[in-house]
Amino acid sequence: MLSYTLKRLLQAIPTLLVVITLSFFLMRVAPGGPFDGERRLPPEIEQNLRAAYHLDEPLPMQYLRYLGDLVQGDLGPSFKYKDFDVSELISQGFPASLELGMWAILAALLIGVPLGVIAAIRRNSTADYVVMSTALAGIAVPNFVIAPLLALVFGVLLGWLPAGGWNGGAWQNLLLPVVALSIQQIAYIARMMRASMIEVLGSHYIRTARAKGLSEWKVILRHALRPAMLPVVSYLGPAIAGIITGSVVIEQIFGIPGIGRYFVQGALNRDYTLVMGTVVFYGALILLLNLIVDLLYSMLDPQIRYDD
Amino acid sequence: MSPTSPMQCAASLSAGLLLSVLPLSLGASGSAMAAESTSQSEQILRIANGAEPGSLDPQQTNGTWETRITRDLFEPLIAYSADGKLIPGLAERWESSADGVSWTFHLREGLEWSDGTPLTAEDAVFALRRLLTPATAAHNATLYYPIVNTRAVNTGALAPEQLGVAAPDAQTLTITLSHPSATLEQTLAMSEAAPLPRHVITANGADWTRPANMVTSGAFVLNEWTPQSHITLTPNARYHAADTVALDEVVYLPIEESHAALNRFRASEVEIAYGVPASHYTWIQDNLAAALHTYPILGEYFYVFNLREGSPVADQRIRRALNLATRREVITERILGMGQIPSWHFVPRALGEHQGARFDFADWSMDRRMAKARELMADAGYGPETPLELTLRYNTLEDHKKIAVALGAMWKPLGVKVTLTNTEAAVHYRDLALGDFEVGRYGMIATIADAYDFLNAFSSDNTSNAPGLSSPTYDALIEAAAREGDVGTRQRQLHDAEQYLLDNDVVLPLYDYVTSSLVDPAISGWAPNALDVHPSRYLQLDTSH
Repeated sequence: MLSYTLKRLLQAIPTLLVVITLSFFLMRVAPGGPFDGERRLPPEIEQNLRAAYHLDEPLPMQYLRYLGDLVQGDLGPSFKYKDFDVSELISQGFPASLELGMWAILAALLIGVPLGVIAAIRRNSTADYVVMSTALAGIAVPNFVIAPLLALVFGVLLGWLPAGGWNGGAWQNLLLPVVALSIQQIAYIARMMRASMIEVLGSHYIRTARAKGLSEWKVILRHALRPAMLPVVSYLGPAIAGIITGSVVIEQIFGIPGIGRYFVQGALNRDYTLVMGTVVFYGALILLLNLIVDLLYSMLDPQIRYDD
Repeated sequence: MSPTSPMQCAASLSAGLLLSVLPLSLGASGSAMAAESTSQSEQILRIANGAEPGSLDPQQTNGTWETRITRDLFEPLIAYSADGKLIPGLAERWESSADGVSWTFHLREGLEWSDGTPLTAEDAVFALRRLLTPATAAHNATLYYPIVNTRAVNTGALAPEQLGVAAPDAQTLTITLSHPSATLEQTLAMSEAAPLPRHVITANGADWTRPANMVTSGAFVLNEWTPQSHITLTPNARYHAADTVALDEVVYLPIEESHAALNRFRASEVEIAYGVPASHYTWIQDNLAAALHTYPILGEYFYVFNLREGSPVADQRIRRALNLATRREVITERILGMGQIPSWHFVPRALGEHQGARFDFADWSMDRRMAKARELMADAGYGPETPLELTLRYNTLEDHKKIAVALGAMWKPLGVKVTLTNTEAAVHYRDLALGDFEVGRYGMIATIADAYDFLNAFSSDNTSNAPGLSSPTYDALIEAAAREGDVGTRQRQLHDAEQYLLDNDVVLPLYDYVTSSLVDPAISGWAPNALDVHPSRYLQLDTSH
């Protein structure tokens, strides 16, 4: 398994390079630049700015400069947040996004998996319909609706929790954003779990287990749950990467100092270095999490082994 | 993301109903909030400040959400009063020579940086040289061009030491201009022109703005800065008017979503919120009237016509017809409804001293205007049977879209078929500057309180000249105003320049901007003003409230 892991990590390098190269040039092809605004800058001042960020060099040269800096762990200074390097912005914002995201994922698993299982074993019962229609509603209502509603009801009208702010990640400040962030995930996971559980419950070895006289709960917990988790686990890789890198909507509504906003603002402001930084970070995270998911697979499904 | 979904409106409606039943729930703060709420005796002011500042280096800041903070930290030679008037700052007085080109500023006695280092005229010279070196890439550098050698220094042709500023002694700063300038005082009052702590910048380089390093001259010092979370300022004991500062702490929160800012204001988590959601404006008027302040600012919302050859609006008859047929009050009252001022002028009316020009048809009845507009269109060869196809461009935003749709409807009776095109701001403004448009949406906010700031944009060599106006008459007026020392003469020149824009229908002005803020009635010392400056040094919380 160790050599497999090493091989995968090595393979990740060219993948990441392709992602970086594509993003670098696509970003530059996009019309409009970091200094375009309502007041157009006089040429000499724009020239000063371009020189300050090496934008006056030929594009291939800028690309090589970027790669050179990247190898040394330097993501460059942000165009928009001038007092900070991109790596600083990401390292300062990531802990908040990570903390929020991990709680949301945990909540989604702890609630979504049992709900899906219940719906599957009580298929076509009232419980199933209630769980599935609630899940559908959870998926259908976007979090830019849920989040302000939660802030309004619990923060403003009832005054039970802060309407926003981070406060170092205090639980009072975490609760509403975690709920807002996990609702959709709970819904996705419950639906996925239900479908895969139904499939597993129909397979031959489950029939065998039942024929041996095992109780229904034992059949489910010991024989059906693990294989039924496989689709959820493969969903979790990219989902975790997506959630722990923050959500611009949740961050803006609850005032959370995460990195989700940088993905959107970077692109809108043509903040080249910030866009590249978030792409590199996100890309690396996805590759890493996908590897972890694949390794988890071998634990869940005995048919999958990675010793070569 | 969409900040104004129908669901949110529905939510706020039901919230409004709930509030009328549960009026006490507003003030009641649960135990969860105790950690963040202010204690009764301490003067802690929390401000929902819009966006995260791009920098705390005053020479790198432009937006109101940035200068609001840098102005608390760094005092320029000339400062602002609570209501936005120019008053002595670090300089206690100043005078200019009879010909208006030599200026002398006398610094207050005993000035110190927040670390106790003496603050001298050398720091002012250092700051201006730093501001105008090419490496700083200052956005507003052209405002300083009246100072001797500025342009050459800013383009790297001359060394910064050649700039026309000097410090003959520790308390005196002299500035030499190449011609009189009516805007020098305004320019020097910007926080980017404030003296900077030379000793700290030299020692720390780009890291000088970190809380551990920063040393300030203003009423406050930087205590904490967590990006996207908060910026905390505490009083500067060495500030020259430290005994007049009432607040113990100012916390700037970068809350971009105006709905979120409103929620936090209602939950008593902030005392001031800059910007309110337009979709909730009526609700706020009904429920938070005592806290709501709406006032005109120095900003203009308008469309520009592409005057370049080949553009369908190169024909002035068409431009005049479109200006005539535009019902500005429909846009300000029915679409926006926040008290925006319909404009028959171009320079915002909040600029008191400017003797404003006006469209000559401003007082006509709508029927008379429409008749004239139809006549002009017919002359130009267009009408309901032979429609004119026009593309209206705007940068993507819900309100811009509503206005563009309304303009299309207003022009339809003239036989104008409008196609709408929207792009994000960066692309929009670049295309406008390149002349790649027919009629395009524009907005301008003043950098300094002077009509020249707005009118200079249409000089033929100005890079913001989207219409592509190339008029020797206009250029001569602007050039003369830039060099005129006499206030009356200069005002006449600027008036004539504005009238020229209107008479030639270079622009389609729609309205003067207003801005809205929520200010806790327990705060005193806060005054609405056209520049929207509200230095924290004047603010005080009535803690018995």
